[in-house]
Amino acid sequence: MADEEKPDSPESEKEISRRAFFTRVGLGSLGIAAAGTLTFAYRYLSPNVLYEPSPIVNAGRPDSYPPNSVTLDPKMAIYIIHLQQGFFSLSAICTHLGCMTAWKQSLGIIACPCHGSKFTDEGVVLHGPAPKPLPWFKLWLNADGELLVDRSTIIAPFHFLRI
Amino acid sequence: MAGRIEGFFSKLERTKVWRSMFRSGTGNSTLRRALAIQQSLFFHILPTKVRKRMIDLKATWYLGVLTLGTFLVLVVTGILLMLYYHPSVPQAYHDVKDLKFVVSSGLFLRNLHRWSAHLMVLLAFAHLFRVFYRGAYRPPREFNWVIGIVLLLITLLLSYTGYLLPWDQLAFWAITVGSNISAAVPLVGDKVRFLLLGGHQVNANALLRFYVLHCVILPLAAILFIGIHFWRIRKDGGLYVRQTEPANKEAQEDSQTVTEKP
Repeated sequence: MADEEKPDSPESEKEISRRAFFTRVGLGSLGIAAAGTLTFAYRYLSPNVLYEPSPIVNAGRPDSYPPNSVTLDPKMAIYIIHLQQGFFSLSAICTHLGCMTAWKQSLGIIACPCHGSKFTDEGVVLHGPAPKPLPWFKLWLNADGELLVDRSTIIAPFHFLRI
Repeated sequence: MAGRIEGFFSKLERTKVWRSMFRSGTGNSTLRRALAIQQSLFFHILPTKVRKRMIDLKATWYLGVLTLGTFLVLVVTGILLMLYYHPSVPQAYHDVKDLKFVVSSGLFLRNLHRWSAHLMVLLAFAHLFRVFYRGAYRPPREFNWVIGIVLLLITLLLSYTGYLLPWDQLAFWAITVGSNISAAVPLVGDKVRFLLLGGHQVNANALLRFYVLHCVILPLAAILFIGIHFWRIRKDGGLYVRQTEPANKEAQEDSQTVTEKP
């Protein structure tokens, strides 16, 4: 663009022609408009309010879970597990591709129907393709003595809740 | 009787109204036949002349045209299915059940849509392999190969978005798995999944987004790229015929060209 004009002196090398200037202004404003359009489109396509269930689940009174039991809440996609060490809650979503796992009482494992991943009742991977163990969710008792699970907070595994 | 019908048409073709619509005129001269193609909105994407061996079954097995055929069946049956389908939870599932058991010919149209979809994917791949093994992707047709790959991706996305619409267990878990695969894209994967589903879970938003993609955005994209694909066949020198093709019978046919009558 700028080389259409031959510079007369070394100082004028920094000067640009009127045509080049307007080309730059034009391209610049097109770029700004394009960036604005992209931002607008991205923001429009990302919902601000989601009508999805709350991550905090009330799992009821602890005595409804007998010792050495694994209970699946399929709606909330969590397990409430009561072992000798205490209570804990596992995600029921397979870490491979997000299918809902199921507790197999007779085999004593958590299994995924989609691609055959297997986990122990503590979420440890026994068999792939699952790349990671099932996450442990934060579990606590509220003032009314009911179990609450926060599905958005993952805690370090093997932290049991003793009641 | 046949003469009478012929007479009727030749008279019709000479009327003022007919001539106002079809300006190329009548007759069998090469010019007239070429004009009939060139002056029509629907035909002008086609070459006015093709070599006979280009449109021989052996040259292409007609796989591209057959893919287009399944696409047209899908458009027609898809529009008809839209008349009974609401993309909402849980109505979508009941509408598909209604199409299956209550609506007259609903089962037929739905199955036609489903089988054509499977067939279109199959034919698109067959077309791809045919082009690949014949070497028809080589210059000057290399860009049309790229357009073809875009069309293959659109076909697969159409297939994928249509999978969710029945809103049954198979659909739900297939899209759960598929959207989690998209989350594996480095850095932006989770965002891509969020935008695709319109949320964190396969839910009402996801159903609506997949519906709009399946019924509006992807078909329009497909039609656009099909247009470019066909246009470029003509611009890149017509359908590919191997240079080393046995020259015995076909060489004779080659000396005479035919106007294409689609």
